[in-house]
Amino acid sequence: MNNEFEPKVVAFVCNWCTYAGADLTGTSRIKYASNVKIVRFPCTGRIDFMLLLKAFANGADGIIVSGCHPNDCHYTSGNFHARRRWILFRSLLDFMGIDINRIQFSWVSAAEGAKWADIVNKTVTNIRELGPYMEYRRAANFLEANEEELTKELARNKEEEVKHG
Amino acid sequence: MAELNSKVKELFEKDLIDIFIGYEEGTRNPRPYFAYSAQDADNLVFNDKCQGNLAVYLTRKDLVGGKRVGISASYFALKSISQLFDENQLKEDLLIVLGMKEDGSILEFKGLDEIRTYLSEAKAPSKQKDDELLKELSEMSQAERWQFWSDELSKCFKCYACRAACPMCYCTKCIIEVNRPQWIQPWISTQGNMEWQINRVMHMAGRCSDCGSCGAACPIGIPIHLLTHMMTKTVAANFGESNEQGNVLSTFKPDDKENFIL
Repeated sequence: MNNEFEPKVVAFVCNWCTYAGADLTGTSRIKYASNVKIVRFPCTGRIDFMLLLKAFANGADGIIVSGCHPNDCHYTSGNFHARRRWILFRSLLDFMGIDINRIQFSWVSAAEGAKWADIVNKTVTNIRELGPYMEYRRAANFLEANEEELTKELARNKEEEVKHG
Repeated sequence: MAELNSKVKELFEKDLIDIFIGYEEGTRNPRPYFAYSAQDADNLVFNDKCQGNLAVYLTRKDLVGGKRVGISASYFALKSISQLFDENQLKEDLLIVLGMKEDGSILEFKGLDEIRTYLSEAKAPSKQKDDELLKELSEMSQAERWQFWSDELSKCFKCYACRAACPMCYCTKCIIEVNRPQWIQPWISTQGNMEWQINRVMHMAGRCSDCGSCGAACPIGIPIHLLTHMMTKTVAANFGESNEQGNVLSTFKPDDKENFIL
């Protein structure tokens, strides 16, 4: 069995550009890493920052967020709004010590099949080097870890009680 | 102080307000106080020990709904009031604002425009301690920052005092109470606590007056106001300081600058 770490990468992409672009990658028969799971959205403006956090919480080691180039949005301004959100979100995550090197943002148009393959490959290589993203997932288990400590402490207290009658 | 009491008394005697929101002496620090009559006005105080942001009460329908309201407002409360007007949460003809300057004098505002003019000229009170902490944190490595925040936020037991203290958190249904889909785990875990704070700060982006009430309200002293403080600075650095920037996240400029999108 192969024990090498295979990164799980989730890609949040917009329907009109990057999804079509990824389609082109396929129809052009360009080979790229199969670690990516693509989630299609109507627009980058729809990609809520909570979705990224949920991806990390549920086992993603890396994330790609991609949509239309500026000025190319199907809905005129969705990607401009998204860009502002990402600027702030990224700096907030960085400030809280969440690994922003695991999130790759990009603009991929419907004609850029090769660029999509390139971005996925780059991200997967990058994540492979970074390893699985355990810190964030582990944070979900904090209480369990706490409980163990607590049980030990209770047991110790009981022992003391027995000792001292 | 006497100036404030006599001014409020006058407002009640002239029957211009139904309720005045201010502070009274508390056990250790002054606490929020609601005056309903000219007699009540004697209890009002305002000094540098007054914590929190009184603008939070202006959106409480059970308290002020339909009433003519007076309020003693610090610099930060004025900023919140201006933002609440931007968001159509206040009515100009139902509100009388007394701005409290740091030297103790009172500014009587005749309407929103005067508040805005004052804010554009006034200097924000310095936040030296917060700035130092912010610098300290941003000089840490990413792993150290993670350690710091996961330690701090592991203590949070989700009492939502930060939400209750915030003038901008006036939604009647908060994302934390939405359970279909359940965006944030309601039980206590470091991860869920982080998600809650990230949500809170993202929803405050560009609206926050940076008053720090959230941090002051935290019963276990988690420095969550550093998150909003940092966000305010990031917004200013990326999209400008001006109050006419609109609601930062619901507007955009085609030439917004970023350096991380391939």
